[in-house]
Amino acid sequence: MSNSPFFTNNVYKFGFYQPENDVVRTPKGLSREVVEMISRIKNEPLWMRNFRLQAYMMFEQKMMPTWGADLSGVNFDELYYYVSSSEKKFHDWKEVPIEVLDTYEKIGIPQAEKKFLGGVGAQYDSEVIYQSIKKHLEEKGVIFTDTDTAVQKYPDLVREYFGTIIPPSDNKFAALNSAVWSGGNFIYVPKGVQVEIPLQAYFRMNAKQIGQFERTLIIADEGSYVHYLEGCTAPNHHTATLHAAVVEVIVKKGARVRYTTVQNWSETVYNLVTKRMFIEEEGVGEWIDGNIGSKVTMKYPSLILAGKGASGEVLSMAFAGANQHQDAGGKAIHLAPYTTSMITSKSVSMQGGRASYRGMVKIAKGAKGSKSFVRCDALLLDELSRSDTYPVNIINEQDVTLGHEASVSKVGEQQLFYLMSRGLNESQATSLIVNGFIEPIMKEIPLDYAVELNRFINLSMEGAVG
Amino acid sequence: MKNALVINNLYAQTIDGKEILRGVSLTIKIKEKHVLMGPNGGGKSTLAQVLMGHPGYVITKGTIFLDGVDITRISVDKKAKLGLFLGFQYPVEVPGVNFASFLRMAFQEKKSVSLKIFKQNMQKNAKQLGLREDMTERSLNEGFSGGEKKKAEILQMSILKPRYVVLDEPDSGLDVDALQYIAHQVESLNYSFGLLLITHYQRILKYLKPDFVHVLVKGKIVQTGNASLASLIEEKGYNFLFQK
Repeated sequence: MSNSPFFTNNVYKFGFYQPENDVVRTPKGLSREVVEMISRIKNEPLWMRNFRLQAYMMFEQKMMPTWGADLSGVNFDELYYYVSSSEKKFHDWKEVPIEVLDTYEKIGIPQAEKKFLGGVGAQYDSEVIYQSIKKHLEEKGVIFTDTDTAVQKYPDLVREYFGTIIPPSDNKFAALNSAVWSGGNFIYVPKGVQVEIPLQAYFRMNAKQIGQFERTLIIADEGSYVHYLEGCTAPNHHTATLHAAVVEVIVKKGARVRYTTVQNWSETVYNLVTKRMFIEEEGVGEWIDGNIGSKVTMKYPSLILAGKGASGEVLSMAFAGANQHQDAGGKAIHLAPYTTSMITSKSVSMQGGRASYRGMVKIAKGAKGSKSFVRCDALLLDELSRSDTYPVNIINEQDVTLGHEASVSKVGEQQLFYLMSRGLNESQATSLIVNGFIEPIMKEIPLDYAVELNRFINLSMEGAVG
Repeated sequence: MKNALVINNLYAQTIDGKEILRGVSLTIKIKEKHVLMGPNGGGKSTLAQVLMGHPGYVITKGTIFLDGVDITRISVDKKAKLGLFLGFQYPVEVPGVNFASFLRMAFQEKKSVSLKIFKQNMQKNAKQLGLREDMTERSLNEGFSGGEKKKAEILQMSILKPRYVVLDEPDSGLDVDALQYIAHQVESLNYSFGLLLITHYQRILKYLKPDFVHVLVKGKIVQTGNASLASLIEEKGYNFLFQK
């Protein structure tokens, strides 16, 4: 156990694990046979099988990315690429295997579902094991199902969009996901339908040495709205696990999609995720991306502003504690006139942790009148910790507005002294300062998550402050 | 000594070794109002910071006792919990931290109270100070005007009810109305405390009657008197003190 404040037994309350009662598991390591086996287990149509096999070839050819975090701990030969604990999917928590149910109850999913969710998809290792959607949403034609089921039930819709925003050739981990993907969620919101309560996904890795490769595809048809929330946790194992998701979101004309992630993986997880939104005319896309856990995260949710007047926002928040590297940020690609984007990044580094902002703003020729604003703020809690920013701007159009602001601050002696002079101890005072620092992002996060994050920060500071 | 803040022969320097306080002795009893004056650079603000325990200073000699408890070297928050309060000359901005939540958190360290009752009480006090109602819902000191910052310090004091209050130039940068408000509020607090008020100007003393006036020069108290000493200083400046 490291001395990270996040993952002591006291603090990382999701570090428990259940016996591995899996019913299907592919042999260790990755090969063409493993890819074929996964496709066979899923009884997939030929086009998907071929898609996987092509992607596998691309994965083999592509080099590991060397421009970001240190990925030397990822050993592709030591992982299991498909582990399933149930041959069935359930729509009632009462039927879910007891150890799986126990896990989700500890995390609080069934409880949250009753309170404020429009639907839940719960993935356990490789498969979505529980799925539900509120009846009134279903009646309006909203589809919320796991992606495997979508391939079977809505093949035309899936085939039209799958892999179009993030092709397998995009990067090594997108290729890997495309080859071995399993689970994830498929959402379709019909024209004009407003999904007024969030749809929630919950990703849990239980088994040791596994890779989780969920694949999520969201299509918001013209004038519709949906808020999708995802949370992630894993046990404290001693060996590395890999989470390499691909998320594609299509925002049609005048639609709006908000995608909120609170990632709290345990300290052995490499979290290497590709997320992208394609936004048509007058559409609005929003990424709210909270990164707390994992050993290494590399994730830069992207906005492709493809239609006139499209707009998008990325709110990225990262906490880097001991032995953690959070390489996060966002991208905005302006392809059409009068498109706007805003990227806000807030990172907190402590106990030698490292947080990097990596971002890109690209404005294509012809995207006249477009505006982009990037703001990244870093807070360092001690001398050991590190913060970097790697912004890139590629501007090929004259008539645009571009702004960039960056700040790095240390928790100020004056602020601490002031707060402590009112009777707060050092960890309380530090928690307040950190909570205040990320407040602009916290207020965008649903209350239940915000409460959990707040609790997490307070506990972390008890460990972080001497 | 019970019911007193006793500073005895206090020496303090900055962490890079510059000596600022050179043997300050002062006893502030509950219900007493002391005013500390003196020329710039004499160590007035340093004394306030050292009393509270600012990490930028080191006490090299002497003691501070609060109600008989030695607080010379205890942590800042412990001093606060024992009942010491510093009203800052320059209140620090803490972005994103809600004023009301912060103050309730500080209050709860001493005593539990429902949010509703706490807010009612705070709003009442804020109103008496002439503070805008929405101010307590804003970030702590962020974007407050000079006057709002000073009043917010007094508001914090009126809620936390410390036993010994050090106010570091609560009057600087205030117009006469604001000054009156502050002085009136300090005078009308309905509980007993000992006050050490640091000021450059005599004008606040029109509204707030001190029991003692001290003059701090080069890190030492060179003169102690009653309210008339302040008037004398106003009239003649500090130089007369050295012309004996």
